[in-house]
Amino acid sequence: MQRKRVLLHSKKRRAILGKIIVYFLLVVGAIVFLVPFIWMLSTSVKPPEEVYIFPPKWIPSRFVWENYVKIFELMPTGRFLLNSLVISCLTMAGSVISCSLVGFAFARLRFRGSGILFFILLITMMLPHQVTMVPLYMIFSKLGWVGTYFPLIVPAFFGNPYFIFLLRQFFTTIPKELDEAAKVDGCSIPGIFARIIVPMSKPALGIVAILSFTDAWNDFMGPLIYLSEFTKFPISLGLRAFQTLRVVQWELLMATSAIALIPVLVLFFLAQKNYIQGIVISGVKG
Amino acid sequence: MKRKRTIHQIEEMTAYVFLSPWLIGFLAFVAIPMVLSLFYSFTDANMLTSPQFIGLKNYRNLFSFDDTVSLFWKTLYNTSFYTFVGVPLNIALGLFIAVLLNQKIRGLGVFRTIYYLPSVISGVAVSLLWAWIFHPHFGVLNHLLSLVGISGPAWLFDEAWAKPALIIMNLWGAGGSMLIFLAGLQGIPTQLYEAAELDGASTWAKFWKVTIPMLSPTIFFVLVTNIIGSFQVFTSSYVMTAGGPNNATMMYVLWLFNLAFQQFNMGFACSLAWVYLLIMVAFTALVFKSSPAWVYYESDIVGGRKS
Repeated sequence: MQRKRVLLHSKKRRAILGKIIVYFLLVVGAIVFLVPFIWMLSTSVKPPEEVYIFPPKWIPSRFVWENYVKIFELMPTGRFLLNSLVISCLTMAGSVISCSLVGFAFARLRFRGSGILFFILLITMMLPHQVTMVPLYMIFSKLGWVGTYFPLIVPAFFGNPYFIFLLRQFFTTIPKELDEAAKVDGCSIPGIFARIIVPMSKPALGIVAILSFTDAWNDFMGPLIYLSEFTKFPISLGLRAFQTLRVVQWELLMATSAIALIPVLVLFFLAQKNYIQGIVISGVKG
Repeated sequence: MKRKRTIHQIEEMTAYVFLSPWLIGFLAFVAIPMVLSLFYSFTDANMLTSPQFIGLKNYRNLFSFDDTVSLFWKTLYNTSFYTFVGVPLNIALGLFIAVLLNQKIRGLGVFRTIYYLPSVISGVAVSLLWAWIFHPHFGVLNHLLSLVGISGPAWLFDEAWAKPALIIMNLWGAGGSMLIFLAGLQGIPTQLYEAAELDGASTWAKFWKVTIPMLSPTIFFVLVTNIIGSFQVFTSSYVMTAGGPNNATMMYVLWLFNLAFQQFNMGFACSLAWVYLLIMVAFTALVFKSSPAWVYYESDIVGGRKS
C-alpha cells in the first residue's frame, strides 16, 4: 500500500515535470521563432545612427515612424503595392475559376481517358516549372508579351495542377446523392456545378483563392524574367530594386519588407482555419 | 438504350468542356514547351540569331569539370548539400514541435500560429530580413551568439558558412511540415499508445515503435515534397548572396536563370533544364522504390482501404 502510493506519487511528479519541460521548450521555441519578426519591426523604426551599432538596441531611443513615410517618398512603393495587388487578384480569379471547373470534371464526370488524364495531372504536379521556363519565355517574347503582365496572369486561367487536385479531393467528399437528386429534378451538369458543388465548396475555394493570391504576391522569379519597366514592378521586384539601387539603408528596407508582408499576414489571420485545413487536405489525404 | 447513350455522350462532351482550360494549358504551357526545350537543348539558341543544330555539344559542355565551362558539379553539390542537410533538419524540427504540441497542452492555437507563421511568408522580404539578421557586424544573430561568448562568423560573406546560413533560414519555415505532422499525429488511434503502455513501453519506445511507423506515410509525403521544393531554391540565393561568395551558394536553378536570362544562352540553359528534370525523376523513382522498406501503410494489414 505504502509502496504503491509512493510509486503513484513519483509517477505523478514525473508527469508534472514532463509538462513543465514541454511548456519550457515550447515557450523558448516560440520566442526564437518570433525574434526575426521583432528584429524587423525594431529595425524599421530606428534612427539611422542606431542601426549600425554593436551591440544592437532592441528598443530604439526614439521611434522614427517617419521611416514608414519615407519609403513611399523615396520609391514608388505605393505603385509597387498596387501592381502586386492587380497581378495577385487576377491570378487568384483565374485560378479559382479554371481549377474549380477542371476539378469538377475529375471529381464527378465520366469520360474516356479520365484515368490517363488524371495521371498526367499528378505528374505535372511534380514537374518543376524551371523545365519549361526558357521555351515559355521564347514563346511569350514571340507574342510580344515580354514587359507586360500577361505571362504572369494568363497561365493562371488555364489551371494549376496542385489546386485542381486539391479541389478534386474536396469535391469527392460532397455526397453524390445531392447530384442525383438534382438530376431527377431536371438539373443539368453545369447546373449541378453552379448550384450544388460551388456553394458547398466555399472553404476549399477559399483555400485556393488565398494560396494563389499568396503565391502571386510572393512570386519573384516570374516578374524578374518578364518585367523591366520600373513603374510596372510588383513589390517583390521593388524591394529588390531598393536593395540594389542605393546605399543599403536597412531601417528603410525593413520597413518596406514589413509593409510587403502585411497583406499575406492579414489574409492568414482572417482565414487561419481555412489555411490550416487546406494544408491538411492536400497534405495528409494526398 | 439510345437515350441513355446520348446522356452519356452529353456528359462526356460536358466533361471535355470543363476540362478544356487545363487541357489547353497543359498543351500550351507544359507539353509544347517541353518538346521545344528538348529541341533547343541540341542547338545554340540565343534569341538573337536563328538556332543552329549543334548535336550533343551542350550536354558535353554541361558535364565538363572545367569551372569556366560548366558549374554543373558545383551547383549540383551546393543544391544537394542545401537539400540533404536542410530537409532532414527541417523535418526533424517540424516533427519535434508537432510532438510537443500534441501533448494536450493549453494554448495550442497560439503556439501553432506562432510556429506556422514564418512558413506563410516567403520571397524577397524574408530574404532581406535574413540578410540583415546574418549581417556580420550589426546582425542580431552574431549579437545573440556574442552573449554566450561565441564570436560568430561572417555568415553570407564566408564561403564555409553561407550554405549553413541558408539552411538556418530555411529552418524558420519548419512550421509547414509541423502542421502536416500535427494533423497526422492526431490521426493515430490512442488505443495504440494505451496498449504500448500496458506492455510497459517507455516514452522513447512509444515514439519509435508507435509514432514513427504510424506517421511514416506522412513523413514520406513531406520528405518528397520538401526535397522537390528545396531543389528549386532560387530567391534566397539570388537576393542574399547572388550565388557568392566564390559560388558557394550558386544553386542549380540560379545558374540556369543566369545562363538563360543574363547571358541569353538559351540552348545551353535548356540542356540544364532537361538534366534537372531527369535528376528529379530518377530521385523520385528511387524514393518511391525504397518506400515499401520503411513506409508503413495501415492498408497493408487491414486491406482494402483505398484513399
